[in-house]
Amino acid sequence: MSWLASLVDLFFWLFHDGAFWIFAITTVAAAVAVVVSQNVVRMAFWLILSLGATAGLFFSLNADFVGSAQLLVYVGGTLVLLIFGVMLTASGPFVGIKTKPGELVMAGGVGALLLSLILYSACAVDWRNAGQFDSKGVVAAGYNSPTEGNTTRTLGLSLMGARPDKDLGSTRQLLTSGYLLPFEIVSVHLLVVLVGAAYLARAKRRKSPSAPSSPA
Amino acid sequence: MAGMTSLFAAGGIAEYLQGLDGRLSSETWAFAIAAIVHAVLIINFFAVAPLFYIWLERKVAGRIQDRLGPTRVGGKFGWLQTLADGVKLIQKEDLCPQAADRMLFRLSPYLVFVASFAAMMVLPWSDGWIAQNLDVGIFFMLAVMSLEVMGVILAGYSSGSKWSLFGGMREAAQVVSYEIPMAICALVPVTALGTLNMVDISRAQSGTLVNWMVFHDPFCFFAFFVYFTVATASVKRAPFDLAEAESELVAGFHTEYSGIRWSYFFMAEYGSMFAVSGIATALFLGGWQTGLGIEQALLDPLRNWGSGQAWLPKGFVVGNYIANLVGCLVFITKGCVLVFVQMWVRWTLPRLRIDQVMATCLKYLLPISCFLFLGVTLWPLVVYQAWGRTTVFEGSTPLGNKAFTRPAPKAIPAAAPKATAMLEREVGS
Repeated sequence: MSWLASLVDLFFWLFHDGAFWIFAITTVAAAVAVVVSQNVVRMAFWLILSLGATAGLFFSLNADFVGSAQLLVYVGGTLVLLIFGVMLTASGPFVGIKTKPGELVMAGGVGALLLSLILYSACAVDWRNAGQFDSKGVVAAGYNSPTEGNTTRTLGLSLMGARPDKDLGSTRQLLTSGYLLPFEIVSVHLLVVLVGAAYLARAKRRKSPSAPSSPA
Repeated sequence: MAGMTSLFAAGGIAEYLQGLDGRLSSETWAFAIAAIVHAVLIINFFAVAPLFYIWLERKVAGRIQDRLGPTRVGGKFGWLQTLADGVKLIQKEDLCPQAADRMLFRLSPYLVFVASFAAMMVLPWSDGWIAQNLDVGIFFMLAVMSLEVMGVILAGYSSGSKWSLFGGMREAAQVVSYEIPMAICALVPVTALGTLNMVDISRAQSGTLVNWMVFHDPFCFFAFFVYFTVATASVKRAPFDLAEAESELVAGFHTEYSGIRWSYFFMAEYGSMFAVSGIATALFLGGWQTGLGIEQALLDPLRNWGSGQAWLPKGFVVGNYIANLVGCLVFITKGCVLVFVQMWVRWTLPRLRIDQVMATCLKYLLPISCFLFLGVTLWPLVVYQAWGRTTVFEGSTPLGNKAFTRPAPKAIPAAAPKATAMLEREVGS
C-alpha cells in the first residue's frame, strides 16, 4: 500500500508546489507553441493560454490583483487581437504565416540575447538570503540591492522617471532624471502603429465618378 | 492561497484537518482536500443549476405563451424533462465539420464552460461560505467572465462555416461592448462602499432593506437596473440573443455543434445567468441577507452555539452552520428570482437587431453608466453639504462602520496557530 500512499502524496503535491510547475510549464509550452504554429488564430490562442497561465502564477503567489489585471488586460487585449486577426486576415494571405530562414536567425538571436539577460540577472541574485531584511530599512522601503533579489523594481521605477537607487539617501539637492521621456516616445510609436493599422484596415471606398457630387 | 481558509461546509476544513493526527494533518493535505471540496461543491451547483433553469425556462415559456410546458417526464410538472434532454444530447453523435480546425473546435466549448465556472469561485454564498475570499473579488469575477467570449470567438472561427464565423463575430462585438458598461455599473456600488471584497460588500448591507446598496442612493438605484440590462446582454440572453435566431441568421457561433458539446455552451449560458445574477445580488440586493433585519436578532446569537461537543468534529459550530445555510438559501433564492426575471424578459420582448444591440450599448447604456459612476462619486459630498451627515436616512449607520461589525465565530482549533492567524487576518479583526 505504500506505493498507493506515495501516489496520493504525489497527487496532493501537485496542488501545492505543483501549481507553480503546472502554470510554469503551461506558460512556457504555450509560448513555444505561439512561435511554432503557423496559423494566426492558433497563435493567438496559444498566446492567450500562455498569458492566462502567467495569471495563474500570479494567483499562486497571492498576487490576486495582478493576476486579475493580467487576465483582464493582457488576455482581454489578446482577445481583441484575435478578433481583429480573424476579421481582417481570415481570408487574406496571413492565415498561414511562413517564416524565412533569415527571420528565424534574427528572431533566434534577439531571443537568445533576451534570455541571456534574464538568466544573468536571475543568477546574480543570492536567492537563499534574498528574503532577509537589513537594519537600515532600505529593504523595507523596497530598494534592496540586486544581489538580494531586487532586479526589476529599479528598472521599472527609472522608466517611470524615478531613480531611488541614486536618490535615496543622497545629499544632493537635484533628483536624478529617469527614462520617462524615452518610454513615452516609445508609447507614441505604438500610437503611430495603431493609426497605420487603422489606415490599412479601413474599408476602402472609391469615389465613383457617376455619384452625384454634394452641393458645395 | 490564503483565502482558502474560510470554508464552505465545516467550521474550516483545512483547520479541522490540520488539527487531526497523522497524514491528513499536513498543510499540503489539508489545503488539497479543502480545494477539492470547494471545487466539487461549486461544479455540482454549476451542473445542477442549468438542469433546474432549463426546466424553469420551458415552464415559464409555456405559461407566458398560454401553454403548460413540460408535463409528462418525471411526474405532473415534468421535473425530469431536462434530464431526458441531457440523455438525448449525450447519445447524439459528436460531429466535427470537415473544414473545421479540429483542435480549436473541440476545445472551445470547454473554454466557455471553464470561464463561466471559474467566476463562481468568488461568489459569496453566505458569510464565510466562499471558495476564495479574494480582496479583489468582483474585479476577479469580471476578469474571468470576460474570458467567456474567447470560447465563443474560437468556436465561431474554428467551425469552418461562414455562418458560424458571422455569428461568433456578432457575439464577440456584443459581449466585448457590453463588458464596458457592466464593469462601470459594478463600480458604482463598489465606489460607494470602498471595497472590492465580495464578503465585505455583502456584510456592509446587513440590517433592513434600506441598507441594501440598491436603496443607498439614486445612482446605485439606477445602476442596478442598468447593470441588470447590461448583464442580460453580456450573457447573450433575450432581447439580445442573436445566437438563438436560427431562422433569421442561421443561429450563432454554435451552428455546427451538436450533442454534448453544444449543450456545454448552454450550460455555460445558464451558469453565467446565475453568476451575473449573483453579482447583482451581492452588490445591490444585500447578498445573503433577507433584508428584514432579523438576522442580527435570530441568526447571530446562533453562530457560537453548539460547538465543543465530543461527537462533533473539532472546529465545527452547529449554529454557525445553520446560520450560513439560511444565508446560502437566501442568496440562491435571490439569484434564482433574477434569473426568472431574465426568462420573463426573454419571452416578453422581441429580439433586437445587431445594430440596435450595439446602439443600445454604446449610445445609451455606456453614457448612462458613466453618468451614474460620476454621480456616485459626488453623492457623499452633496449629502454631507446638504444635510451634514453621510447617510440619507437619519440615524442609519454610515457605510464605513457597517463592514466588519459581526464578531467572527470562535471555531478555530488550537492545533493550527498558522491557520488561526490567517483566519483572523481574513475576518478582519
